[in-house]
Amino acid sequence: MTNPTNPTNPANPFEYAPAPESRSVVEIAPSYGLFIDGEFAEAADGKVFKTVSPATEESLSEVAHAGAEDVDRAVRAARKAFGKWSALPGAERAKYLFRIARIVQERSRELAVLESLDNGKPIRESRDVDLPLVAAHFFYYAGWADKLDYAGYGRDPRPLGVAGQVIPWNFPLLMLAWKIAPALAAGNTVVLKPAETTPLSALFFADVCRQAGLPRGVVNIVTGDGSTGAELVAHPGIDKVAFTGSTEVGKAIARTVAGTEKKVTLELGGKAANIVFDDAPIDQAVEGIVSGIFFNQGHVCCAGSRLLVQESIQDELLDALKRRMRTLRVGDPLDKNTDIGAINSAEQLARIRTLADAGEAEGAERWAPECALPSSGYWFAPTLFTGVTQAHRIAREEIFGPVLSVLTFRTPQEAVAKANNTPYGLSAGIWTEKGSRILWMASRLRAGVVWSNTFNKFDPASPFGGYKESGYGREGGRHGLEAYLDV
Amino acid sequence: MSDDRTERLSVLKTYKLFVGGKFPRSESGRVYEVTDHKGSWLANAPLSSRKDARDAVVAARKAFGGWSGATAYNRGQILYRVAEMLEGRREQFAREVADAEGLGKSKAAAVVDAAVDRWVWYAGWSDKVAQIAGAANPVAGPYFNLSTPEPTGVVAVLAPQESSFLGLVSVIAPAIVTGNTTVVVASERAPLPALSLGEVLATSDLPGGVVNILSGRTAEIAAPLAAHQDVNAIDLAGADPELARTLEEAAADNLKRVVRPQPVDWSADPGTGRLLAFLETKTVWHPMGV
Repeated sequence: MTNPTNPTNPANPFEYAPAPESRSVVEIAPSYGLFIDGEFAEAADGKVFKTVSPATEESLSEVAHAGAEDVDRAVRAARKAFGKWSALPGAERAKYLFRIARIVQERSRELAVLESLDNGKPIRESRDVDLPLVAAHFFYYAGWADKLDYAGYGRDPRPLGVAGQVIPWNFPLLMLAWKIAPALAAGNTVVLKPAETTPLSALFFADVCRQAGLPRGVVNIVTGDGSTGAELVAHPGIDKVAFTGSTEVGKAIARTVAGTEKKVTLELGGKAANIVFDDAPIDQAVEGIVSGIFFNQGHVCCAGSRLLVQESIQDELLDALKRRMRTLRVGDPLDKNTDIGAINSAEQLARIRTLADAGEAEGAERWAPECALPSSGYWFAPTLFTGVTQAHRIAREEIFGPVLSVLTFRTPQEAVAKANNTPYGLSAGIWTEKGSRILWMASRLRAGVVWSNTFNKFDPASPFGGYKESGYGREGGRHGLEAYLDV
Repeated sequence: MSDDRTERLSVLKTYKLFVGGKFPRSESGRVYEVTDHKGSWLANAPLSSRKDARDAVVAARKAFGGWSGATAYNRGQILYRVAEMLEGRREQFAREVADAEGLGKSKAAAVVDAAVDRWVWYAGWSDKVAQIAGAANPVAGPYFNLSTPEPTGVVAVLAPQESSFLGLVSVIAPAIVTGNTTVVVASERAPLPALSLGEVLATSDLPGGVVNILSGRTAEIAAPLAAHQDVNAIDLAGADPELARTLEEAAADNLKRVVRPQPVDWSADPGTGRLLAFLETKTVWHPMGV
């Protein structure tokens, strides 16, 4: 697949040759059923849907579409498994989770390729970020399973029961790990619904569970669209809802569970400010801005989608940023040199286009490096908007794509006011060499994760989650256990 | 007809709301009759309107920056000061609680004592909660990584209907000790201890607006609070199940944190549940290097 050469020097002798990762490490079956009670089965009504590679629009497999009856069966299976699973000594549950972590490590090349195929993300990211974090997450929570008494939630904290978990398409297997690892460690059983456009890695995970010898019914995977997720969330047989996705759906879920006993955690949208002061190390800041917004095609709820730059260094910073953006390589997700892969779906591409067009229509100035995009598949060039005001849609709405809105500020107070001027509150970035200013800013930013002189760092030991309309509850760390314990 | 032995006519108190550190009447000009357990008239309490609720939210929001930014030591001392002020007015509150809840003298006094002690208990939490709810996280990389709890913001509190004073204190103190500000809806039938608490809070160095107290119909006041876009959380302790469901649905609109009503023995050890319910965990990363 094509990669842009440096447009300032088309004859660049250092142009990379294609370096594709081999697809042959993963064998995708022509069709997959639902994983319920330890077995794969077709949907009761036989409904299926296709999952495609967003880079080529090629159909990868046909997957069962779970309806109400299937969801019910999965919840019953999880309920049946709950008694034994929750009664297991924590040390035994821990060993299952350690096994899963190890098997994920062993199969990480296969799973990384699969993830890049189904999702469109660069193999460099699925290989170096997603998969290592998946294994680390299981390894981390495995160790908690027999130490719950010491987690700060009282002696002998009890699991909730059956967790209904609905995850997004941006980090399919990683979000699965964030959901399943703490749930199982705490003694719950789960019914998980992966996103409609990225069901495959969850179905491969079912095979990991098989290899780990996990008792049947402890993990159930029901594939489908939003209607399947809605069935799961509304099912009276679940005790816990965990959702990662859009704020709009998050609100619908909060309404659905109103008046029930179901415990809920929601990880929703964001519109993070990445704030660069005049004393920041420019080159590091540029790298942070780029990874903040272009990592995973900008399909990141905590993406640094609003760049707040101190007015005095705006020109210098934007020059450096544009220079860096010209070197970003957009193309084949399986090419090891690719920086930006495919947009996950035609629907998401349309949304990004609509918002980018709105940015232009509202008067912001659009810039993107010259960049040859593949002819098939879903692609969007890394894009920068300057002259953005706080009222613009591109400064207010989550674009969930490789689109950066640049605003300016003069004083730290103004930076805080602008950063907090959003209904979201998931993450924020601060770039400055002054330590006291970092801490002053960090204490005033209404966001659940603050990256200072870095961005988009994740770790299973580090709690993640939002303020305000970015949702509630935390995933990761000791805090992440609370979501799955009856406390 | 007047007796020679003229008994002194007592001076009755006009019970008023407590909003932004001041004591306004309801902007609606409405009151409702409050009676004791036997049905005898006690007072006319303000019947708060949705406008009163909105004004109280404005006051609570205005107070949030200062209160959440105060040191934990300072907040702890102020909560302790509330206990001090209350201690000096134990008889008054015992009388009001006896009337409100139909308790005998000694039982009512015990309730008030427990309420005073509850302020003391929560006062001590101010500079400890971050140490039990925070964490230093050992991430796999060269990063400093620290999680600390921060107050959620403006919390709407529907005080328990039955426990008009101990229950009330038990829902206000845990919310404010961590830096939240509150709009409190008093027990509908027995609002007088709550309205009197406003007088204690006003003389305890508590900044105006940190606690705002409204009396009236719980359902009428709670609806605009649950739907308010500038309220961050709601404690439904005083809502019946049907009202709680409606309010939780409305609260979903800006994803308020919701504490559902559940049976609580207010005289028991309160634990940390309510203390932790209105906190957000903030995690700060910074690279290590030379």
